[in-house]
Amino acid sequence: MPLLEVKGLKIYYFTLRGVVKAVDNVSFTLEKGESLAIVGESGSGKSTLGYGLIRLVPPPGRIVEGEIILDGTDLTKLPESRIRREIRWKRISMVFQGALNALNPVKRVGDQIVDAILAHESVTKKEALQRAMELLKAVGIDPRRVNNYPHEFSGGMKQRVVIAMALALNPDIVIADEPTTALDVVVQAQILNLLKKLKQERKMSIILITHDLSLVAELADKVAIMYGGKLVEIGSSDDIYTDPKHPYTKGLMASIPRLGGKKELYWIPGNPPDLRSPPPGCRFHPRCPYAMDICRVKEPPYYNIKGVSVACWLFEEKKSGG
Amino acid sequence: MSTYSYKDLILFGEGLKVYFSLARSLTEVLTFKKGRNVRAVDGVNIYLPRNKVTCLVGESGCGKTTLGRSIIGLIRPTEGRIYYKPSKELEELMEKEGVPKREGFYDITDVSGKIYKLLRRELQIVFQDPYGSLNPRMTVKEILEEPLIIHGIGESEDERLEMVIKALTDVKLTPPEEFLNLYPFQLSGGQRQRVNIARALILGAKVVVADEPVSMLDVSIRAEILKLMLDLKENRDLTYLFITHDLAVASIICDYINIMYLGKIVERGPTDEVIKNPKHPYTQALLVAVPQPDPKGRWVIKEVPIKGEVPSAINIPPGCRFHPRCLYAMDICQREEPPEYLVGKDHYSACWLHKEKK
Ligand SMILES: Nc1ncnc2c1ncn2[C@@H]1O[C@H](COP(=O)(O)OP(=O)(O)OP(=O)(O)O)[C@@H](O)[C@H]1O
Ligand SMILES: Nc1ncnc2c1ncn2[C@@H]1O[C@H](COP(=O)(O)OP(=O)(O)OP(=O)(O)O)[C@@H](O)[C@H]1O
Ligand code: SF4
Ligand code: SF4
Ligand SMILES: [Mg+2]
Ligand SMILES: [Mg+2]
Repeated sequence: MPLLEVKGLKIYYFTLRGVVKAVDNVSFTLEKGESLAIVGESGSGKSTLGYGLIRLVPPPGRIVEGEIILDGTDLTKLPESRIRREIRWKRISMVFQGALNALNPVKRVGDQIVDAILAHESVTKKEALQRAMELLKAVGIDPRRVNNYPHEFSGGMKQRVVIAMALALNPDIVIADEPTTALDVVVQAQILNLLKKLKQERKMSIILITHDLSLVAELADKVAIMYGGKLVEIGSSDDIYTDPKHPYTKGLMASIPRLGGKKELYWIPGNPPDLRSPPPGCRFHPRCPYAMDICRVKEPPYYNIKGVSVACWLFEEKKSGG
Repeated sequence: MSTYSYKDLILFGEGLKVYFSLARSLTEVLTFKKGRNVRAVDGVNIYLPRNKVTCLVGESGCGKTTLGRSIIGLIRPTEGRIYYKPSKELEELMEKEGVPKREGFYDITDVSGKIYKLLRRELQIVFQDPYGSLNPRMTVKEILEEPLIIHGIGESEDERLEMVIKALTDVKLTPPEEFLNLYPFQLSGGQRQRVNIARALILGAKVVVADEPVSMLDVSIRAEILKLMLDLKENRDLTYLFITHDLAVASIICDYINIMYLGKIVERGPTDEVIKNPKHPYTQALLVAVPQPDPKGRWVIKEVPIKGEVPSAINIPPGCRFHPRCLYAMDICQREEPPEYLVGKDHYSACWLHKEKK
């Protein structure tokens, strides 16, 4: 049994101007110690999916349908009180997008970690402070800086503090939403190293949310490509990088600039869909060079091609042919 | 001094420094300490070959934007001179006004208001943020018409409209009529950046500083904007200073590359030379750090050959400013600033390591 199994998850925002289907029928599994990357363009629903997994979808959004099964328990069925006591931060935690800039500026970083611990565990303040220092050490910050304020830290160090807070209750799964986006390459490489180490040493499962396919390759065992609220392709990192199958994945793969690679510019024409009125059929069809008649009217199912799950009509024949 | 042949250049700056003074703290005032400076640009030579893309690459806060703004006259440098070879029309005026000349270039560091205003047309900037850089209360037509009105171009509204339509067509916002009355919020990020580019070009720009023009756009559409910019460069004989923190993008679109660290250009040269054969320890570290789209990378902890963190531009280390982070630092590095050494064709690196090897 996988550690986490998400089945048919739908998360919609009910706005005055219409329903935004931010996460629409998403399914995947995550094993213990595995790292999964959710990759997609801005507005494709990545953060919303993350919020869903820790049951923190902001209004006017809510989980409409589907299951989030952690160790056999469906989290969508649990009352908020139990989520707060047993699940959130303890089993699944999240490093929020841009959280490094949301640290409380007038509070010492150590105290911010202590607060996170005390909010969930009945330990003494002294014990919590001890833990905070150990956590800082684990994320590569000199524990003697526990009394510093956020402004005394660089961006990379602040991101480490935020990661430390997510680790505070030793969760099984950490969701890291764009953990390196605002950081410079050198610092980015250091944060990636940190996540790699945490994964190896703590057997932690990581869900990395990002728009950057280059980054993903540095960490993920498994990759899920998200487009317009849907996962269009899920497979092992090796498969996705060496043999992308979905036309969107192919396009995205060709769009990443490579150092020392071919000096060609490739892009996907058009723009990502407006999730309030997504195109009918396959959501990628207005941008897809292979679009067929059926793509414009009927949503493609998932086809399993040698362990890779791909939602595209191009694989219809191949399936029937075996 | 460089081996660049001046005849290939359109603009260059030498010995450039841009310092911002910080407000003195109370203790500093009480103890009669001198006010401190942010040395954003701290002794830079930069050369823009005509009709080429020259990149400026470096980490956040190293001074890229400040340098870019200073070479087109948007910030007055604290020290150093900027030289430019203007259009015929402007050249005549500069000649008449007796603007100082060197090697066929005019010194535009201090120029009169009249010349400054004409320079503004030829030296333009495209900003990073396609959201913040357009006035949300103006339509696309108004945004593009504004510079024409300010510079008194176009006899009538009709004539200006024609120019606006042409500008929209040039950046492939077609059919242009459909975009004229839209507000920025009605455009996608890519479309907004096209409007930004159209605005920079509508007055007939010759040199464009493109300050991270695609970093806020989605990966799948970035290349489309880059291609547009490269096509415009070919069709209109433009010259770019392209500012980016993304070495992979730089390696694809730039002819020349400048690596900046803490206010100084530490390495510069033809792009392929610098990328394939980096000489400065900082460039080498940056290149190692760039994430590679290869899933084998997940099995290794990547050791980036660099120590510590970027110091503040207020307290720049003495000697080689990179020495506290450099794995090769020697005694001399802590005391004396390294000069630029020629390390390949048109390829320079400012590092003492090259001294012995000469
Ligand atoms: N609070 C909200 N109310 C209404 N719509 C929302 C809300 N939050 C997000 N959305 C919409 O839901 C969709 C998915 O947003 P989400 O933030 O999950 O995307 P994302 O993939 O994380 O994007 P990014 O890469 O920009 O962070 C978008 O269309 C967005 O506009
Ligand atoms: N107007 C100003 N007053 C004081 N300091 C400034 C000013 N503008 C820039 N600086 C400082 O000068 C240094 C260089 O800033 P600059 O914006 O040029 O860097 P950059 O390389 O463009 O960074 P980024 O990649 O983040 O855009 C920074 O330390 C910055 O804080
Ligand atoms: S289903 Fe059709 S439109 Fe969608 S990706 Fe496949 S071929 Fe393209
Ligand atoms: S001059 Fe010295 S400290 Fe500076 S980069 Fe070269 S070896 Fe390193
Ligand atoms: Mg997000
Ligand atoms: Mg800048």
